[in-house]
Amino acid sequence: MNVARARALLRGVWDFVVGDDWRTAVGVVAALALTALIADAGVSAWWLMPLAVLALLGWSVRRAARDATRRPDAS
Amino acid sequence: MSGPELGLALSVFLACAVEAVEALTIVLAVGTTRSWSSAMSGVAAATLALAVLVLALGPALTSLPLDVLRLLVGGLLLVFGLQWLRKAVLRRAGLKAKHDELQAYAEQTAAARAAGGRPARMDAYSFTLAFKGVLLEGLEVVFIVLTFGANQHRVGLAAAAAGLAVLAVVALGVAARAPLASVPENTMKLAVGVMLSSFGTFWGAEGAGAHWPGGDAALLAIIPGVLLAALATAALASPGDRRVWPAGRSAPRELTRRP
Repeated sequence: MNVARARALLRGVWDFVVGDDWRTAVGVVAALALTALIADAGVSAWWLMPLAVLALLGWSVRRAARDATRRPDAS
Repeated sequence: MSGPELGLALSVFLACAVEAVEALTIVLAVGTTRSWSSAMSGVAAATLALAVLVLALGPALTSLPLDVLRLLVGGLLLVFGLQWLRKAVLRRAGLKAKHDELQAYAEQTAAARAAGGRPARMDAYSFTLAFKGVLLEGLEVVFIVLTFGANQHRVGLAAAAAGLAVLAVVALGVAARAPLASVPENTMKLAVGVMLSSFGTFWGAEGAGAHWPGGDAALLAIIPGVLLAALATAALASPGDRRVWPAGRSAPRELTRRP
């Protein structure tokens, strides 16, 4: 398999899993890491993921909505 | 059937039904305008490829230690589910064009006619389009079947739910002999986004070492909580003048990609 095909394959996997908002994926990984750290310290950590989901969804939608309404052809 | 198993079956069924409706539109378009036998050959080849993928990856996933599996699957489901949820919220808020099967069917048939003449026996255009359509729509289903199924060691149940959804959609499609435009696709996509995000939250936190109050029963709070959050986010994001992209109008490129 040549380099171009490998890159195309990786790009396809990235698009499939991460999609067009990489910040959300980074946020999920960070929230899981933080949950692991808190749980490892012996503190209750279940509450963190629901809060992270709310924040990430709101943040992602807000960015998309702002981009959409800025478009000149949106009327 | 336990609560999580019911959630698994329901999530997979809904996700598969939505994807099957979209694949059916493509197959119908090339089948009616060009060649049914070539289109069905494409469907069979894609189905075989998807089945091989499940058979190959299913046992590999289920052999992982439970905590690693839950962390990995939870994280992936959450990333994947938030994509579905984000787009469902944007559709509900009127910021993204809703999927319209009749529009998609019209576009596909026009493209199939424009593609030119067809050979007598095997039409490569019909085969390729049906193969790609079923494979691409099916990959998301395979991902959901594998992640949900492996996590509960019920890949068989997940695959059965997916198969049932395909049969239901095909039966409706054969009965209607038309794209299934009346299926509430956008609502189903919102439901799938809610389920993927909820189970991803639950399993991801467990895999990271957190313990949910009430164990599995916590899902009974997480699922409605995520749904309410999605509906509230859609209400807040909705522009005052209800600017909507009707089917066929150009929405920003970043809002037109899958799911």
